[in-house]
Amino acid sequence: MFGWEFPPHILGGLGTASYGLTKGMYNNGDMEITFVIPKPYGDEEKGFANIIGACNTPVAWRDVNWDYVQSRIGNVMNPQLYFDLRDHIYADFNYLRLNDLGCIEFSGRYPDNILEEINNYSIVAGVIARTVDFDIIHSHDWLTYPAGIHAKNVTGKPLVIHVHASEFDRSRGKPNPTVFSIEKDGMMNADHIITVSELTRRTVIDKYGIDPAKVTTVHNAVIPLSDELLNLEKRESKDKVITFLGRITMQKGPEYFVEAAAKVLQKNKNVRFVMAGGGDMEAAMIKLAAKRGIADRFHFTGFLRGKEVYQMFRDSDVYVMPSVSEPFGISPLEAMEMGVPSIISKQSGCAEILENVIKTDYWDIDAMADAMHALISYPALHNTLRDRGIEEIHGITWEKAGKKVIDIYKDVIASRR
Amino acid sequence: MKSVCFYFTIHQPYRLKRYRFFDIGNDHYYYDDFADDDIITRLANTSYIPMADTLLDMIKKTNGGFKCSICISGTAIEQLQMYVPEFIDKLRQLADTGCVEFLSGTYAHSLASLEDPEEFLREVKMHDDLIQSLFGKRPTVFANTELIYDDDIALLIKSMGFNTAVTDGAKHILGWKSPNYVYSAATAPDLKLLLTNDKLAEDISRNFNNPEWDEYPLTADKYIRWIASLPEEEQVINLYLSMDTFGSFLPGYTGIFDFMKALPAFGKESGVEFTTPSDVVAKLKPVGELSIPYPISDIDEARDVSAWKGNELQREALNKLYGVAERVNMCSDRRLKQDWEYLQSSDHFYYMSTKNMADGADHAAFSPYDSPFAAFTNYMNVLADFLVRVEEQFPESIDNEELNSLLLTIRNQASEIDSLKKEVKSMRTNIENSDEDDAPVSEELVVVEEEPKKKGTRKPAAKKTTTKKAKAAK
Repeated sequence: MFGWEFPPHILGGLGTASYGLTKGMYNNGDMEITFVIPKPYGDEEKGFANIIGACNTPVAWRDVNWDYVQSRIGNVMNPQLYFDLRDHIYADFNYLRLNDLGCIEFSGRYPDNILEEINNYSIVAGVIARTVDFDIIHSHDWLTYPAGIHAKNVTGKPLVIHVHASEFDRSRGKPNPTVFSIEKDGMMNADHIITVSELTRRTVIDKYGIDPAKVTTVHNAVIPLSDELLNLEKRESKDKVITFLGRITMQKGPEYFVEAAAKVLQKNKNVRFVMAGGGDMEAAMIKLAAKRGIADRFHFTGFLRGKEVYQMFRDSDVYVMPSVSEPFGISPLEAMEMGVPSIISKQSGCAEILENVIKTDYWDIDAMADAMHALISYPALHNTLRDRGIEEIHGITWEKAGKKVIDIYKDVIASRR
Repeated sequence: MKSVCFYFTIHQPYRLKRYRFFDIGNDHYYYDDFADDDIITRLANTSYIPMADTLLDMIKKTNGGFKCSICISGTAIEQLQMYVPEFIDKLRQLADTGCVEFLSGTYAHSLASLEDPEEFLREVKMHDDLIQSLFGKRPTVFANTELIYDDDIALLIKSMGFNTAVTDGAKHILGWKSPNYVYSAATAPDLKLLLTNDKLAEDISRNFNNPEWDEYPLTADKYIRWIASLPEEEQVINLYLSMDTFGSFLPGYTGIFDFMKALPAFGKESGVEFTTPSDVVAKLKPVGELSIPYPISDIDEARDVSAWKGNELQREALNKLYGVAERVNMCSDRRLKQDWEYLQSSDHFYYMSTKNMADGADHAAFSPYDSPFAAFTNYMNVLADFLVRVEEQFPESIDNEELNSLLLTIRNQASEIDSLKKEVKSMRTNIENSDEDDAPVSEELVVVEEEPKKKGTRKPAAKKTTTKKAKAAK
């Protein structure tokens, strides 16, 4: 598997979903999974997958001894693997900027030179594909499609790509042509495409012109939260708290949240709104809140990490995800597991499987405000959604999703024979 | 001789319009008139009117040999009066034949029998008053909202003077017993119970147009044959069907009206008569008592009241609504009372049901909302506004008893003022009479004193009366 993020060092939902799916597949048994990420930190959960860091994979020969490798990258990679990989270098990449181990540096994030990083990742993929023995290639999201295609070309093994989001979702319909062409290339070369929702499946079919028979939806699931997170103390507050949590970008529809908040505050003063996360629209949202005259009750937290996210859920009475276009959207599932009733847009993929949430159109701020008001004013509704929500989430497991993916693998491999 | 009783039910609620929380306190009109008009007009044209014509035709052809009964809610009558008044005329024609019995029920198709006994009695009285005024006869047989019934409700029904009630022949109540007998209520032995035969009713409502059913197609002679071949002692078959089954759920082209028209003739051949519940109970004696400790109804697989009271949302809404029952009935604001009536319709609670098993499809099919949560939110917003209006009538800080005594004082004072007014009036007429008697005298006196100022003489007398009036008022 080729992925870009892996918990605990995640920037968005992609890492969580890749992790959950991998673990779910492993728990179905009889699976050996190698997971390639740009840059491991050593504190990733091991055991169910063999994690290989692209930044630790040599692409040029360096004469180093075992102890040196052990001391340099022993925390993230078995030195033996380093030497195995070194034996499969297929071209001279000394013209690239390499470190003392002959490896390319990766940020593992989304830097400005992301296209260069994607290209490097696919160079590394060539080495790994020649080293590791496997039956199928699985690429998570467009960043890793070129790597998947490369691995497929090298080994002739079938390629499955997993569309967690498409450029159409990220850009509200105005795709970046470079990204679009990388995605389209990946889809054309893939033997099968997995999408995280019917919504994304339609996008793939309609916008990228892919044969519907090749596209299957496997809805995401949620990893059961640890007891530590579930038992976080709620910080008591006089006021009800309604939360937006996610990247503050066009795709997530933050302005609808602000507008709905203004409507609620006209009627009910005992409520606070929190916009948690960072993004390119943060400043615009701060201005908008001020313009609506609700800045005293509307708070920004900046980017939240790890436990802070769950503390935020714990302190919230209502979670809102007004995404304009959300391929899946895992955070409402986490909110529900924490016992926080959620309002989600009908334009999000998770709306396809969730029942015990309130669904509104993202643009319908009246409906959204009404739902917010109802959840903080009518305890019976809050309690019902909370209790039924927790129950519902417990039935959505990665094991079930993993089973579906494995079935797709079997079909793909069988159809090749 | 077997008796078949048809009960055709008609009910429509006042559907709520989309009512957002920011409308609370600003907008006191709650109803979606367009949807109501649309639905009832469509149903009347496809179902109610053709069905009424069919029934009239059947009665005429059999010279009054075909009889049936109709259960219609007050809210449905109101809407029909407003949007399809010609159907009310049809109902009058049916009533005039003497072959159609109108049953008693709740005005708003409400759940008052489960929530508030006093409100229940008031609802039934209001319904029966309306039926009497429209069709000239006061109902004598009671059929509750969706046939809700238990031992406590039996007592209430009896207390209103009814001797017969209709309820569901729920399997879990009857067990091995057959619904095709007259029973009596355990708690009120002289209340006779008629139980619906759900199987035979569903053969019409669900299976008539179901090609996958092994008995498809259903014909009138086959149906009568089934009824005639029931054991000799089973004398009464109660078929409780929604009127819109005929023509709407089963469109006219399925032949459902012809099926109905053919029934009396086949019935005559096989000794099956079509009659009214009153005739049945006059003829048959109860065979045993039925004790029903927990409420039953004719809704969903479970045949209980969980369709309206099954989840926390529904219970919360009902508690909030009936929490002000006493208070609303103390008010005299007519619009408030009207809203009180409409908000009680059981339909609002039915839409909030979260059952997503076998019955979920039924619930969703009738609901104007996306989800039970939307139904609840909208209802609660409306209810919040309604409660504000009740609060405006009488502040919550005064408790009901105190309020009652205050209202009593006010009423007493009002009646006292009335009686005093009457007194004043009679005194005034007395005075005027005496004035008239006195007039010639005073005039004479005036004449004696000052002849030209004739007109001025009346004034002192008039002043006299006003001062007297003031005194009396004190």
